[in-house]
Amino acid sequence: MGLDLLKEKGVPLDRQKFTWKDLTRRTYSKLDDDAFTRVRVILMNGIESESLRFSHACARMNRDLREPLALIRRVEQHQQTLVNWMNPGNQSPLETTVGFEQVAIEVTASVAIHEPDPYLAQAYRFGMLEDFDHLYRYAALYDRVEGKDPNYLIQSYSDIIPGRPTSIEHRHPLDDVRQPYDRRTADPLSKIHALLITAAEHQTHDYYMNIGPTFTDPVARMLYAEIASIEEQHVTQYESLSDPDESWLEKWLLHEAVEVYCYYSCLHYESNPRIKEVWQRFVDYELGHLHYVRGLFEQVEKRDASEILPAELPEPIRFDSHREFVRRTLSAEVDMSANGTRFVPRAEESDRTRRYREEINSEGSPSEIVAAGYQWKPGTELVEKAARLGVQTEGRIQ
Amino acid sequence: MERKASELGLNRTGIKTSPVNSKEAIEASMKAVPSSPGDASAIAQVRVEFASEVDGLGSVPPPVGLKGMAKTAVDMLKGGRTTVFIDKLGERAGFERTGVRLYEAVLSKLDVFGTWEGGPSREQLERIRLEELSHFALVTRAIEQLGGDPTALTPAAELASNLSMGVPRTLVDPQVNLLQCLEGLLIVELTDNASWELLVDLARELGHEALADEFQLALDAEEEHLALVRDWLDAGTMLEARVGQEAAGAPA
Repeated sequence: MGLDLLKEKGVPLDRQKFTWKDLTRRTYSKLDDDAFTRVRVILMNGIESESLRFSHACARMNRDLREPLALIRRVEQHQQTLVNWMNPGNQSPLETTVGFEQVAIEVTASVAIHEPDPYLAQAYRFGMLEDFDHLYRYAALYDRVEGKDPNYLIQSYSDIIPGRPTSIEHRHPLDDVRQPYDRRTADPLSKIHALLITAAEHQTHDYYMNIGPTFTDPVARMLYAEIASIEEQHVTQYESLSDPDESWLEKWLLHEAVEVYCYYSCLHYESNPRIKEVWQRFVDYELGHLHYVRGLFEQVEKRDASEILPAELPEPIRFDSHREFVRRTLSAEVDMSANGTRFVPRAEESDRTRRYREEINSEGSPSEIVAAGYQWKPGTELVEKAARLGVQTEGRIQ
Repeated sequence: MERKASELGLNRTGIKTSPVNSKEAIEASMKAVPSSPGDASAIAQVRVEFASEVDGLGSVPPPVGLKGMAKTAVDMLKGGRTTVFIDKLGERAGFERTGVRLYEAVLSKLDVFGTWEGGPSREQLERIRLEELSHFALVTRAIEQLGGDPTALTPAAELASNLSMGVPRTLVDPQVNLLQCLEGLLIVELTDNASWELLVDLARELGHEALADEFQLALDAEEEHLALVRDWLDAGTMLEARVGQEAAGAPA
């Protein structure tokens, strides 16, 4: 606590340097590091990925901002590289996927708990239960196709059980667009939350779209296709929570604030010293960006940045297990759906959503196929089958 | 045997597919000068640099309890050779478990493509699948006896999994037929045999005679698996070659 966004200047832009070796030399250990180190690395890749996505869109629509955007964007590009390349090469795409869903569960849970606006908090709980189910489906895939234990990655922080079943998460696009916060009255934390969860989900969508077709197993390919579709729904939901009437510069300023906040949260929790050093360095870099963009904002819009930014950073994202919160939410809200911008009981879904779902599931449901009868056990579901089989003293089955 | 592995067709990957374009491409390449001097050994320098600076894959977890396993646990805490044993047992546990899934994948291929004279039967594949499962149970029990955590991913398990990653990936590919799957099983069974041999030796070296005897029986079963896979592959490949000759009107 105590980081004053408006006073801290961070590292100036012209002192933010990288080399190829610097960008690629650090990885965490898939075996020895805490699962939340992977969670943080994946989240921050998403945050940086969003910063580039936003910056390019902004540059295409704002003649005067093209050069300042290009300057900061190059640094963000290299920050994203450094962060994403901390994922070790011996971590398979499916293993990273399990990490993505753990991010979606635990980070969204933390956000849902701290979100001051009840409607927005409901949106986060709603999406969280869907991602929670994705973890279970991918866990089944990992266990059943590769014979490996998803808990290698999860480390018992999150439950591996069904959430809102993926097969019924499919909704008509018009039932995924939500009510935005009002930029004039919303709590700065609400603005930060909406942006950071959008960033996390957007990278998840993009990741699944990239790696899905690299799988050879037809069930895996179908499962990635199915869950990528839900991630697109989630991006639609989460991005619609931000006020579309914020100016481009206002949005840029918020992006930079989100980056400072997220790196600051990572720094607060990190247990790997080599990676902690990166979070500290990037808190300082992002403060530099924030300071730079604040100058632009005040110069161009003639407004005070303190209208937009919180004076002090909010409590950090809680990188820890939210098991009890998730279970409570699951038990109370698993049967919810959405109709237009409202969250409703399943019985009140729109006809368009029912028709849409019926059609897309009409040739079967990959998420149901992959997890048919699946119950995760420590050491994979084969442990129980092996125990039933018994160890044959002859070393072979009679 | 449906869908042969070696059909004749329009393969475009060779340089001789496009005589005109390839001539131009070759000429352009010959005229151009490399952007920097040196050769492929520059890559080795980077590998050396990184390998000397980064950490390894990870560690073997400490024993989970001392009760009833005092000797092993104390050995492990002292960093004794038992750590190697637990590491290698973890490797076998992971490998056998994946092996179960591999035979499941191959059984699906049998459903689609059928078998051939001298090829695998459903009964044989299912029996091997169960034996892999039984070996997984055997190793799991051994790890527990030694005070280890059989659900942990040890560095040797991680290494073996990454080295053989192409096998599961290939066996579940719908484009790959049953005979082609056997090439994957051959890699797996060869490795499995060598690894069980090592494990038997290691168990004896460390004074775990009873375990070594059990592992020897598993090795015997694995030797049979290997012999079977070799025979199936042999018969299938010869059959394809013969069918090819007949189709081309070659003399018998």
